[in-house]
Amino acid sequence: MFEKIMKAPNRPALVIALALFAMAAVTYWDASRMAARATYGMNASAASYFVCLFFAVLGLGHVVSAFQAASIEVEDIDMKAIGWVGLALAGLIGSIWLGAGFILGSTLLFAFTARAFGRRAFLVDLVIGALMGLVIFLLFNKLLSLALPQGPLERVLF
Amino acid sequence: MDAINFLIHGFALAIQPSNLIFAAIGVFIGTAVGVLPGIGPALTVALLLPVTFKLDPGGSLIMFAGIYYGGMYGGSTTAILLNTPGESAAVVTALEGNKMARAGRGGPALATAAIGSFVATLIATVGLAFVAPFLVKVAVKFAPWDYFGLMLIAFVTVSATFGSSPLRGLTSLAFGLWLGLMGLDQLTGQARLTFGVPQLLDGVEVTTLAVGLFAIGEALYVAGRHLFKPEKPIPVKGSIWMTKEDWSRSWKPWLRGTAVGFPIGALPAGGAEIPTFLSYTMERKLSRKPEEFGSGAIEGVAGPEAANNASAAGTLVPLLTLGLPTSATAAVMLAGFQQYNIQPGPLLFAQHADLVWGLVASLFIANVMLLVLNLPLVGLWVRLLAIPLPWLYGGILVFAAMGTIAANPSVVELLLLVGFGIVGFLMRRYDYPVAPAVVGLILGPLADNALRRSLQMSLGDPMVFLKHPSSAIMIAIATIALILPFLFKGLAKFRQDED
Repeated sequence: MFEKIMKAPNRPALVIALALFAMAAVTYWDASRMAARATYGMNASAASYFVCLFFAVLGLGHVVSAFQAASIEVEDIDMKAIGWVGLALAGLIGSIWLGAGFILGSTLLFAFTARAFGRRAFLVDLVIGALMGLVIFLLFNKLLSLALPQGPLERVLF
Repeated sequence: MDAINFLIHGFALAIQPSNLIFAAIGVFIGTAVGVLPGIGPALTVALLLPVTFKLDPGGSLIMFAGIYYGGMYGGSTTAILLNTPGESAAVVTALEGNKMARAGRGGPALATAAIGSFVATLIATVGLAFVAPFLVKVAVKFAPWDYFGLMLIAFVTVSATFGSSPLRGLTSLAFGLWLGLMGLDQLTGQARLTFGVPQLLDGVEVTTLAVGLFAIGEALYVAGRHLFKPEKPIPVKGSIWMTKEDWSRSWKPWLRGTAVGFPIGALPAGGAEIPTFLSYTMERKLSRKPEEFGSGAIEGVAGPEAANNASAAGTLVPLLTLGLPTSATAAVMLAGFQQYNIQPGPLLFAQHADLVWGLVASLFIANVMLLVLNLPLVGLWVRLLAIPLPWLYGGILVFAAMGTIAANPSVVELLLLVGFGIVGFLMRRYDYPVAPAVVGLILGPLADNALRRSLQMSLGDPMVFLKHPSSAIMIAIATIALILPFLFKGLAKFRQDED
C-alpha cells in the first residue's frame, strides 16, 4: 500500500517544493552576507531569514501533499500557442533591447499574440498592431509627456 | 454629525466638472473591463497607474474607484448572458442568472442585478462614510505593534482562511513577501536580494507584478487551453423591466446581500467571493420558491449581486482608514495612493480631508452613473463581446507592455514582467491564488517596518507584541485563523480568486 503511493507522487508538487527550497537557500545566502547595523531590535536581514524559514516550511508542506492521495487535476496545454505568446513577448523585449522603438515592439507583440489565439491574417494584424502602437506613442509622448522608448521609426516620423 | 458636513463638502468637490469627467471615465472603463473577459479592475488600475502619474491625484483616485465599482457592475452582464463571469465575484450570479436568460428572462435578471448593485452600493457607501470616521478615531491610537498585528490578520485571511487550499494560498503570499524584500531596506538602506542588479535596488513595482500575473499570466493560460472558442451571448428578449413579482422577490435579497457583503468586505477578510456564496446559500434557504433554484431563481441573482457590490464598498473602509488592502484591486489602489506620496490610513482623513471626502462623494455619483450605464445601455456593453478574442488579448498585452515601459523604460523591467507572467501562468495552471502575492508585495515591507519599529521602541523586547492587549488579541486572531483551516479542512470550501 505504502509502496503504491510512493510510486506515483504528485510530480508538480515535488517540483514546486524543490523550487521553494531553492528560493529559501538563495534568500538565506543573501541574508547571511548582510552586515548587522541595528543597535536595538532586528537587523534588515531578519525579515529575509523569516521568509527563508517560511519557504522551507511551505516546501515541506508541498512534499507532504505530494504523497497524499488527492492530486491536482492538470489539463493538457497547447505548447504551440504558448510558444506564439512567447515569441510575441520576445519580439517586444528584442525591439526595446536593440533600440528599435516602442511602435515596432508593440506591432510584433500584437500580431504574434493574435496568432497565438488562432488568427491567420498575419499581415492585417501587423497593420493593426502598428496603428495601435502609433496611437499610444503619440498619446504618451505628446499628450501625457511620458517618454516611451524611441527607435529609428519614431525618430523619422517625429 | 461630522460625517454629514464632510460629505456635503465632498459633494461640492465631486460635482466640479473635472472630477465628474474622471468619475464618468472611471465607470465607463470599469464597466467595459467588467464585461470583457481576461481583464479585471485590478489589472486595469495597475495599467493606468503610470498613465495617471502626472494627473491630479484626486481625479485619478476618483477614476480608480469608478473602475472598481464599474467592474463589479459589469461582471454580472457576461455572467447572465454568456455564463462566463467577467469577474470572479460574479461566478455565483452566473448560476441562476444564466438559467434565467436561457428561459427568456434575461432582461429581469440584468435589471435585478443592476438595481440590486445600485441599492447595495448606495447603502454600503453610506456605511463607508459613517464607519470610516469612527474607525479613524480608533486607528490614530494604533502603535506600530497594533499595525503589525493587523497586517498579520490580513496576511492570514487573504491567503489561508478562505482559499481553496491554505498551503497554496500561503505559498502565493510567501512569493509576494519575498518580492517585497527586494531592494533597499527602508530603515537601514541595505540592499536585499538585488543580486547586484542596479535596477532591482528600487524594489519590485506593484504595477509590474500585477500586470505580469494578471495580464500576461492570463493570456498564456487562455491561449494554452484554447479557452477562446467564441460563445454567442443569449439575446435579451422581451421587456428588460421587472414584473411586480420580480420586485417583491428581489428587494429583500438586495438588503440581505448588502448586510452580508459590506461587513465582510470591511473586515480584513478579503474578497468579494465569500459574501456572494454566503448570500446565495442564504437566499436558497429563505426563498419562498426554493424549487426554482438551479433553474433560474431571481433571488439567486439579486442577493449575490448586491453582496459583491456592497463588499467592494466595504473593502474601501480598511483601505482608506488603515491603509490595509484586502483584495487585489484594493492593493493596486493602495499603490495608486502611494504614487502620489499619499499614505492611506488615519492621517489621510486629517491631512487630505478634501481628497477623501471628495472621493467618497464621487462614489455616490459614480453609482448613479453606473445605474444609467447598465440598465438602459446594457445592449451596448453586450456588443463589446463581439471583439474577436485574438485582438482583445493582443490589445491587452500591448497595453500591459505600455504600462510597464512607461513606468520604467528598461529591459530588466520587461524581463521581470515576462517572468511574473510565467509565474502567473503556472499559478493558474496549478490552482494557486494570485491575489495573496500582490497583497504580500505591498504589505510585506510595511509589516517589516512595523515589526522593527516596535522592537526599536521596546529596545528589542519581543514581548512588546503580547504586553499590549490590542496587538496580543490581533496576533491571537491571526494565529487562530491560520490554524483553523488546517484543523477543519471542510471549512475551506470557499474559493477565493483575484477580483
